[in-house]
Amino acid sequence: MKKVYSKIESIAGNVITVYADGIKYGELAEVSTKFGKSLAEVIKLDGGLVSLQVFAGGRGISTGDEIRFLGHPMKVSFSDNLMGRIFDGSGVPRDNGPALNENLITIGGPSFNPAKRIIPRNMIRTGIPMIDIFNSLVESQKLPIFSVSGEPYNQLLARIAMQAEVDIIILGGIGLKYDDYLFFKDTLEEGGALSRTIMFMHTASDPVVESLMVPDISLAVAEKFALKGKKVLVLLTDMTNFADAMKEIAITQEQVPSNRGYPGDLYSQLASRYEKAVDIEGAGSITILGVTTMPGDDVTHPVPDNTGYITEGQYLLKNGKIEPFGSLSRLKQQVNDKTRDDHRALMDGMIKLYASYKDSMEKKSMGFHMSSWDEKLLKYGEKFEAGMMDLSVNIPLEKALDLGWEILSDCFAPEETGLKSSLLEKFWPVKETV
Amino acid sequence: MKSTGKVVGVNGNMVTVNVTGLVSMNEVAYILTDGKRLKSEVIRIQGDKVQVQVFEMTKGVGIDDDVEFTDDMLTVELGPGLIGQVYDGLQNPLPELAEEAGFFLERGVYLNALNREREWEFTPIANTGAKVTAGDSLGSVPENNFTHNIMVPFNLLDTYTVKSIKEKGAYKLKDTVVELADDKGNVFNVTLVFNWPVKRAIKCYEERLKPVDPLVTKIRLIDTFLPVAKGGTFCIPGPFGAGKTVLQQAMSKNAEVDIVIVAACGERAGEVVETLKEFPELLDPKTGRSLMERTIIICNTSSMPVASREASVYTAVTLAEYYRQMGLDVMLLADSTSRWAQAMREMSGRLEEIPGEEAFPAYLESSISGFYERAGIVKLKNGEKGSVTICGTVSPAGGNFEEPVTQATLKVVGAFLGLSRERSDARKYPAIHPLDSWTKYPGLIDAEQTAYAYDLLRRSYEIGSMMKVVGEEGTSTDDFIVYMKGEFLDAVYYQQNSFDPVDAAVTPERQAFLFKQIMEVLTAELDLDTKEEVRNWINKLRQSFLDYNSSQWESDDFKSYDKEINNLIADKKVGILANAAKLMEK
Repeated sequence: MKKVYSKIESIAGNVITVYADGIKYGELAEVSTKFGKSLAEVIKLDGGLVSLQVFAGGRGISTGDEIRFLGHPMKVSFSDNLMGRIFDGSGVPRDNGPALNENLITIGGPSFNPAKRIIPRNMIRTGIPMIDIFNSLVESQKLPIFSVSGEPYNQLLARIAMQAEVDIIILGGIGLKYDDYLFFKDTLEEGGALSRTIMFMHTASDPVVESLMVPDISLAVAEKFALKGKKVLVLLTDMTNFADAMKEIAITQEQVPSNRGYPGDLYSQLASRYEKAVDIEGAGSITILGVTTMPGDDVTHPVPDNTGYITEGQYLLKNGKIEPFGSLSRLKQQVNDKTRDDHRALMDGMIKLYASYKDSMEKKSMGFHMSSWDEKLLKYGEKFEAGMMDLSVNIPLEKALDLGWEILSDCFAPEETGLKSSLLEKFWPVKETV
Repeated sequence: MKSTGKVVGVNGNMVTVNVTGLVSMNEVAYILTDGKRLKSEVIRIQGDKVQVQVFEMTKGVGIDDDVEFTDDMLTVELGPGLIGQVYDGLQNPLPELAEEAGFFLERGVYLNALNREREWEFTPIANTGAKVTAGDSLGSVPENNFTHNIMVPFNLLDTYTVKSIKEKGAYKLKDTVVELADDKGNVFNVTLVFNWPVKRAIKCYEERLKPVDPLVTKIRLIDTFLPVAKGGTFCIPGPFGAGKTVLQQAMSKNAEVDIVIVAACGERAGEVVETLKEFPELLDPKTGRSLMERTIIICNTSSMPVASREASVYTAVTLAEYYRQMGLDVMLLADSTSRWAQAMREMSGRLEEIPGEEAFPAYLESSISGFYERAGIVKLKNGEKGSVTICGTVSPAGGNFEEPVTQATLKVVGAFLGLSRERSDARKYPAIHPLDSWTKYPGLIDAEQTAYAYDLLRRSYEIGSMMKVVGEEGTSTDDFIVYMKGEFLDAVYYQQNSFDPVDAAVTPERQAFLFKQIMEVLTAELDLDTKEEVRNWINKLRQSFLDYNSSQWESDDFKSYDKEINNLIADKKVGILANAAKLMEK
């Protein structure tokens, strides 16, 4: 039974209250204003008084506007027709395509039973050497990209969306600049990846409440595809905007803030989204890659800090490169012994030498004398940064490993690399060493 | 008659109920929604309005939904069959839940914690006519390789006479095995199982003792320098990525205790899975049986409802106390107590309580100390000793130890093993900071000797930071030797390779042996003139010690490295430093 009410008791921020009967917590309603219709969600019940959060915001709502309760919680349509489509935060098409109403699924469902989880075992190849070799992305992993405003994190995500070896990409945009939204749309279209992509895009000009829905909608759809055996990669950008939206709403609702204005349940809220990442025995998987911009490049800021406690490592994007020292994939050990014999050793060896290069750079900048070893390291560092760290490099893992040996042999004698002799014999390129 | 009520308000997972009848604080109530029964706990009573926190998602709960009160506090089942189980925070067995509900944790599904059908071989101990009180053994059943005592339920507070007791034989969990009668002639049936409220400490013992016996973790830095005691408490705070969970996992595998209870509280589900899949395969060196046969896992990971996260640490500690009552040494590993504190904060916010520091509730400190105080070593009524040791990790915001949860924890624990980002970034594991950490418990090795080594390390750090300013050129050779000795101690003794099958767990015997060798080096007067010589000698020594550490105890390899090391030391050692002469005579 659908009920209509037309006497709004109060309007504060995005929250309106109305007296109504038989309403369930979390139920949706439709508010008709003179600017059009908007969805609203029940966020509090107090006797007969129902508080609703209006997705389009409270601006312009009149106390006489009509509220129609829909009798069900937030739902999204799920079918193969979603592929290649673009929606906004409340599931309304953004791409002039038809609205989808069949096979509705509830969002924000229960969490996965830990006893049914399995140890992650499959690598996701991205064609980006800094990820594939040094911090492999693993199916069912949840990883944020820690970055600062101005860094090309969206470019990185778009490249991963085009190159990653998965079945379906779900891109959730939260508080995106309109330009960035268009960038994603155009890039994926040109790259031919749009057909395997579903986008839920909330831009900075959309009402803030809608942004809260984006991760839940994206993950609910991902979950259904994963259960049908698909390998799904969910990209979320930017989760700091999501946290800021929660902060804004919590403060307007007069909740007691905990740390720098963020609500006390920030950790649980973020965790309940990231923990949707899972590898399902006998079916597909969900892998989550999110962007977390660090205000003031401060990793101890509540958003990156709480995220770090939840996720399985992080990629640190700095100066346009994935920084090898600040980045860590906690699950890489599960997969990088199954790729090629030299993968682990080369990963460790190259990073150790790169660390020595950094030391030499420091010495150089302080005006110390450069030994012949230092010179070698400097040469190596440059080649490493150009060949491996540059974000535009797109080569398969095996090629990247070969390239690693190439760079090493260009700069060092075999025994200088500190790698095991058995590997050197097998992989060291045959040519004149410098 | 049990009370009933109707829902009159919903705010997140806090529901307000209008109640008819009597209601008690922390009583369990069920909300009837959509044909499901959602478990909840009373947390505030105001007249006939009662506020309950729901252990499930509250989506779909509406005004006028029926509520049933149970007249019971939140309890756990105590009986044989707990060991080896994987429970959620409310003692729901997760594998059985998966069979019932599939991949997801559907709300409102509650299963028996213990198998009702399994038969246990009961052996009576008490005689008919004996006088017994709560906690006394009436009989026993074998559980894995433990003798599981069937005790007088802890909630029977009088003195009772054994009216009848069943003969030796196989009984099911709910079969009455003993009948007890009080003075007034009331008869109580005792089965193999009874319930106990999680938030009440079990106190059926003679007296609490001072924790002094070291609890061997087989981690050198802890056992030798920062020992913890059986029945003691300790905390591991550290920023993310510093290795808290890895350290606890190492302890759960290697610690010399009878039973390990892992409470994964608000952390990643993936980490629990590692324990779940690994433990059945690994063997306990002491008993030769699977590690799972000494482990209970309470698993309320970060995406599971927060209210049951709050309950989960209490569930875990109650199970620990229960096995302590059988004279066993139990270790509880809680990861992480910060998530538990945050769960309290969320609830406090919904109750609109006046917030304390960083919005944590004012009772944060008393809750934390109340939890840790449930640890202890006790003398039971039959003279046996049992202990509960609690280790909690803390995840301080931003890695800053000045925050309320870390500070409140430091007030009540007996040892503090602080992890440092600096050490974990340098891949120095375990990343416990040797100088910032402290302990109040006595250890395995002579305290004066460890103090000497500690002091040397402190000076080595000072010289190290000085050298950053003045360079190696500006440091005297004597100071440089102290610096290198400190680095040596760090590299071969403090750091331990948890991936190496031998180095991962070091017996106390081997620790004592190794430490003696180390002391030979630390107290040595050396015949080395230049820094280059010092560096070369120490580097060689370090390499030999590392090989030594990863060779089997008393194997041929071990003996040959031992010889090599003795030669290396003899080569350059010309005497004992004056300040250590007395110490080394011991």
